Parts: sequence; C-alpha cells; structure tokens
Amino acid sequence: MEDYSKFKQQARAIYRLMLLVLFFMAITAAGVVYLVSNPDLSSFRSGSADMEYVEIKEVEEDDFDKIVNGIHQRTGLVEAEGLMAVVNNCTNCHSALLITQNRMNHERWLTTIRWMQETQNLWDLGKNEEIIINYLVSNYPPEKKGRRASLKDIEWYEYQE
Amino acid sequence: MERRKFVKRSVLGSLTAALGMDIVFGWKIPAGYTPLVFQDPDPYSMFGKDKQMVLLNDRPWNMEAQAHLLDDPVTPDKFMFIRNNGLVPEEIDVDSWTLTIDGEAVRQKKVYTLKDLKSRFPVHSYQLTLECGGNGRSEFDPAAKGNQWTVGAVSCAEWTGIRLGDLLEEVGIKNEAVYVGYHAADIHLSRDPSKEPISRGIPIAKAMQKETLLAFAMNGRDIPMVHGHPLRLIAGGWPASASGKWLNRLSIRDQVHDGAKMTGTSYRVPCNTVAPGEKVKDEDMCIIESMPVKSLITHPKSGAVISNGKSLKIRGHAWAGELEVTKMEYSIDFGSTWTSCTINQPPNRLAWQRFEANVAFPKKGYYEIWSRATDSNGVSQPMVLPGWNPKGYLNNACHRIAVKVS
Repeated sequence: MEDYSKFKQQARAIYRLMLLVLFFMAITAAGVVYLVSNPDLSSFRSGSADMEYVEIKEVEEDDFDKIVNGIHQRTGLVEAEGLMAVVNNCTNCHSALLITQNRMNHERWLTTIRWMQETQNLWDLGKNEEIIINYLVSNYPPEKKGRRASLKDIEWYEYQE
Repeated sequence: MERRKFVKRSVLGSLTAALGMDIVFGWKIPAGYTPLVFQDPDPYSMFGKDKQMVLLNDRPWNMEAQAHLLDDPVTPDKFMFIRNNGLVPEEIDVDSWTLTIDGEAVRQKKVYTLKDLKSRFPVHSYQLTLECGGNGRSEFDPAAKGNQWTVGAVSCAEWTGIRLGDLLEEVGIKNEAVYVGYHAADIHLSRDPSKEPISRGIPIAKAMQKETLLAFAMNGRDIPMVHGHPLRLIAGGWPASASGKWLNRLSIRDQVHDGAKMTGTSYRVPCNTVAPGEKVKDEDMCIIESMPVKSLITHPKSGAVISNGKSLKIRGHAWAGELEVTKMEYSIDFGSTWTSCTINQPPNRLAWQRFEANVAFPKKGYYEIWSRATDSNGVSQPMVLPGWNPKGYLNNACHRIAVKVS
C-alpha cells in the first residue's frame, strides 16, 4: 500500500511537471507564431491588429496602381478620367500594350469592343462603355500620317566599313 | 518596368505563403533568379531573342525585328519575329503528341504520332519567307487596328519537315476537297477552352506544293516553343498566319475553311480597292493569298553618316510571295531616278533573294536610300502606301533608310 501511494505521488509530480512543460511550450509556440507574423512587434505600438492590417493593405494597393509622371506604372496607360475602368475591363485578356499602340476614333473603338464581345468573350460593359471609349478617344486619338510620313527617330552614327 | 520590381520584391514572401511551406534549400536560390511558378517573364531570355528586337505586345507575345537585324541570308532564331494570336501552350508532351487528319473531304480520319510523321515520309528542308500579313501596318492612315508592325515582321529561316502533299496522298482526300484548315494547342486569350485563338489554313493547291511542309525543325534544331514546337505548317510566301503553329489537327474541308480569323476583316482585304477609311461589307472582303513584292535594306543600319566622296555598299533582301524578284533598284533622290542593284537567284522557290549595290553620292546632304523590287509579273513596290484596307495588311511600300554625307 505504501508503495502504491508513493507511486501515485510520483505520478502526480510527473503529471504536474508535464503540464508545466506543455504550458511553456504553448507560450513559446504562441510567441514564435506572433514573431513570425509580426517580426517588428509593430502591433504593440498603436491601435489594434485589425487597424494595422488595413493600413498595410492600403499601402500595397497604392503601390500596385502607382502613377509616375502621369503614367499608370502597371499598364503604361495615361492617367486620366476613366483610367481604372480601362484597366479593369480591358487588360484582363490582353496586354495594355495592345491599347497604347492603337489610335482610333469613337466609332472604330466601339466596333472593336463589339468585335471583342462577339468573338473574344468580352462582357457587357454597361455604363463603363462610354467612359472607356471617351478615355481612349481623348488620350489615344487618331493621328494624321498621310500617304507616307517622314522618317523619324533616326539615330545617327559614324559609318565604319 | 515598375511591375517587375513589385513582383520580384514580393516573391519570397508570397511564395512561402502561397505554397504554405518553406522553400527547401531556399537559401540556395541564386540572387536574381525567380522560381518558375512566379517568374515574371522576360521575353528576351525566355524566347532567346536579341535585345534589339522590339516588343509590341506581351499578352499575347508579339515582337518584331529591325531592318538591320535581318541582314543574315538565313534568319537566325534570335532575330525571328514573334506573332501570336493566343497564349503559348503551357504543356507540350512530344512523346504523346498526335496529329489528327479529319474533315468532310478526308477519305477516313487518321491519327499520326510525331514519330510516325518523321519516319513514314521523306524529310525536306527549304529556306522559306514568312511575313506577317500586317507587316508595315503602322503606316496606314486612318490607322488600322492591331499590333503596329513597322518593317520587321518578316523572316527567312530554314525549315525542315515532311511535305504536306505526301501526307495527304497517304491519307487520301476526296475530289470535293477545297481547303486544309489547321487546329492547334494554343490557348484563347480569354482562356475559354471552347474557343480557338486562330484556325486558318490554305487551299488544296497550296497544300500540294512541294515546299509546303509540316515542319518539326527550324534552322537545324527543334522548332523553338514560341515558333510552334513540335509541329508547324509552313506555307512560304503567304501571310505567316497561314503557317499554323503547335498543330494537332488538320481538317480537310469541302469549303473554304471558316475557323477563327478566316472571316470578317481578319487576314482579308477588300476585293475591290476602297478609299482610305471606307466601310467594307464582309462579303466584299477577299482572303489574302500570296504576299506582294517587297524588299528591305538590311545594311547599313538607317542613320549612317559618311564622309563626302565615299561610296556606300548597301545590301538587303527582296521577295515576292509566290513569285520571284526579277529586278531590284535603289534611288537616292526620292524616286526621281533609279539605279539597278545586283539580285541573286533564290536558293529555292519562296526564299528571299539577296541584293547589293554600291551607292555614290554627288554632294553633301541628307539622303534617303529607297529600295524597289519588281516581281516576275512586272509589278513593282509602290513609293507611297498601297491600297488602304480595314486591318492594314499588305503594306509593301519601298523601304527607306536615312544617310548623311558630311
């Protein structure tokens, strides 16, 4: 009997020790997880974690649609009224390079949109259609080139035989 | 490009997050290397293109050469233009690749493996001129819609493969056969699997020409991925869109093939000439077949400054679709007078021809050297833009380079 109660006592001691170890392990794990997700401990500085999250997200989005010298960096499109309607509707399937290369009037941009709707799975643009066409016509208007333009952008160099 | 930086900066973090684990040996990834899953494509290294090539579009990929890059008699891979209508196939398994021959006018449907094609038929090589139908589009007024090609959407590489005619003979086609339409593994821009980016083809007569190939090699090696690996139809002298890439099916049609980009304004021009900007009805449009006579001064590069009293050796290529170039001239006075160039015979039919001349200048000044080729029917390149058409095809106006004598 004495042996038994001694054994029980020892078992309880080990059990308590195990609990303690587990407890510290849990604390350490929580700390590590926290440090990994927030290595500079910034969430201690101000506000709740949620608020901080929103702020970071805004910074990222700002970078994503950054505009430098009037050019939307991600697409190369000119910054003007209707830009985001064009980015969101016209660069999903093809590159914006296909837009910036072209110069068309209202009627021909509309024809192009209809062609894309008929053959290329472009969706109904709704009220964005007019916004998009106005953006394109204002920022990428047709140029007069005539029957043969002058040679331009000539890079002169000393010719060596 | 700003976007590139953005993608690279966020790659290591997002990679771990997206994969839900650490990258094993992540520290071994060389600086400057982006793991394949998140690779921001640099088309020059991805497609093995020279840095002087000009990128017109990155989705779909479209890239052209400049005139001086095309100086080689046989165009090397790095200077060959890229014209894609859809996305490059993402997976190609050469061992399981098959070509199906079907259609209303085939005697019986047949499926060939690549190995069958290579082993059952004699193999031939030809130098063949491929020019995009829209090469020179950027000059049209009113501007035509699409990639704004200048002069560099043309090439003459050496293609190796079997004759399409040999294959059709073995398969057996019915008397009512009119057209061979191709189908391929490229992906529609919308990623809609029920849509084909492009499915054009050639009439039976063109299919039966001995130079019309089902090619598996270009310049002595497997066709590069972006140019149609592992199997491409090659129809020299016709708009390059007739030469379908990544072929997996040929339909022998009893009518003119009506696949994607065979109808409407695609690769078609008004049957009768129209005024610039005029509307043209669908039924008044005709499919482009042979490309028109054209030439390119490939040496020197435009912008040469030479000293007074020195002459200038010029050279380049001339081609004429299904025909041959029989006369080649240049002008240094905006077309007032023309002087003959020497012009070589083509190494085989449908290959471009080399021309050369030694140009003397009477005095100091700004000059343009214009080149003008004439085909075996006596038809020459125009000095101004040829007939306007809605999509801006077939601009074969004289090529010009600028020279200063000082």
